[in-house]
Amino acid sequence: MFYINEGNKANNNSVISFRQVIFIYKKDYKKYAEQTAQKSNAFTNCIKAFLVGGAICTFAQWLYNMFITRMSEENTRLLVPTVLIFLAALTTGLGWFDKLAKHAGGGTLVPITGFANAIASAAIDNKNEGWVLGLGAKIFTVAGPVILYGTLASVIYGLILYFIRLAGAGGAA
Amino acid sequence: MSKNDRIFKFENKPAIFSCGTVAGKKEWEGALGGVFDCHSEDDTFGMPTWEQSESEMQRLALNHALAKLSWDSTELGLMFAGDLINQCTSSGYGLIDFDVPFLGLFGACSTLAEGLILAAFIVNAGYVNAAAAVTSSHNCSAERQFRFPIEYGGQRTPTSQWTVTGAGAFIVGRRSLLDVDEKLISAKSAPPNQPSPLFTHIRIAEAMPGRTIECGITDANNMGAAMAPAAADTLLRYFKVSGTKPDDYDLIVTGDLAFEGHRLTSELLAQKGIHLGSNFNDCGLIIYDRERQDMHAGGSGCGCSALVVAAEILPKIDRGELKNVLFIGTGALMSPMSVQQGLPIPAIGHLVRLIHD
Repeated sequence: MFYINEGNKANNNSVISFRQVIFIYKKDYKKYAEQTAQKSNAFTNCIKAFLVGGAICTFAQWLYNMFITRMSEENTRLLVPTVLIFLAALTTGLGWFDKLAKHAGGGTLVPITGFANAIASAAIDNKNEGWVLGLGAKIFTVAGPVILYGTLASVIYGLILYFIRLAGAGGAA
Repeated sequence: MSKNDRIFKFENKPAIFSCGTVAGKKEWEGALGGVFDCHSEDDTFGMPTWEQSESEMQRLALNHALAKLSWDSTELGLMFAGDLINQCTSSGYGLIDFDVPFLGLFGACSTLAEGLILAAFIVNAGYVNAAAAVTSSHNCSAERQFRFPIEYGGQRTPTSQWTVTGAGAFIVGRRSLLDVDEKLISAKSAPPNQPSPLFTHIRIAEAMPGRTIECGITDANNMGAAMAPAAADTLLRYFKVSGTKPDDYDLIVTGDLAFEGHRLTSELLAQKGIHLGSNFNDCGLIIYDRERQDMHAGGSGCGCSALVVAAEILPKIDRGELKNVLFIGTGALMSPMSVQQGLPIPAIGHLVRLIHD
């Protein structure tokens, strides 16, 4: 149970003032509400995510094994994600993806399928607001942060790698 | 008792004459199923965008409500309407054809209670003979505005509520009209083996508008926790001022705190020595079969309390199965922007007392 103090009105900012009705501390209420809230079943979610995510990756590996016998490794590495992206976008449009993702969670989110779904779903959602201000402007509303910070992170890691190599080369000389 | 702890009593007997309900597929398949005036199998209501679908739902709802009285819209002196969509466009567009003076409302899920209170005020004061309170919410238009794209594959937390696809229109009029207005008299005398299309025994007796309460909850996926203190506050004030206790009522129904908020409200009130018993329920818990339909905490949105009150509670009051009901419309008054800025969610709870009379 959270703490109710009828007398202490010293710090009014932190108290929900029910004006002579009840006084509770906001942070206590928030903590109590969070602690007693129904929780997701992390164990079941992890198992489902592992199975679905694993199945997607196994399928991708099967694609790789199939393509590699017919084309160069470079092309295979391009074609495997392309197939996954296409399938994720297609199933998003057909309204199947979210039904699977509801159970799979991280299993569909972490592979490239999650990224494709984020873009395709935003595109479908915003097409009614027009090609430019709707679809064009809002297609990256969900995926945008991943693109921005992904690019930024790769630049930072690139710089770090550059200086490490520079230092390594300098040390060798 | 402070000046703002006031119960507004309606001496001139504003009554609810009829209501029109429009539901989506999930609501039609839900726990109340099949009692609504109309529904759409694909939730589009034949419209190209979700926002237009919601407008269409409001239009249909008010049409049904008027049709039950054999009225046309010229009988209405005023209408109050609101929804969840930015600038309340669903109401603005949906009610455009009725040519009735229109006052737009925003009270999130409490819009129905707010509309009923205002309609009761205006009818009680005698400015108009009848007024309408209309509200709607659509799961897809709300998801788009408040959460993620509809087809986005994400997992919802167990505390999250499902926005109801539904609209309700309520006609509030002066009680004496039932005995005077010719159209109402003929509508009342339905064939003997058919239920009367209009309500003749529902009166709005009292109202207590809520105060905005903010209690530090920032999680938009746990609106029940944000709204519980507002519901508790209004109930405590009401019990204190009226000198009544929960057992005096056949039903105390909040709309819509869902599982989390329902539990927290009971606990908040229990700490003040007020114990809500089995007569305490919530529209968000009533509307769906939560387990079968996997609805997490329950329903939310303006349409939730509108559908439950119109299809479940009002007919029971009219038949006399419930004689004294407290309906507390609760709303979480946040916007997507306020949530992103990390502001705590302010909430409100408006109380309406409905009686069989």
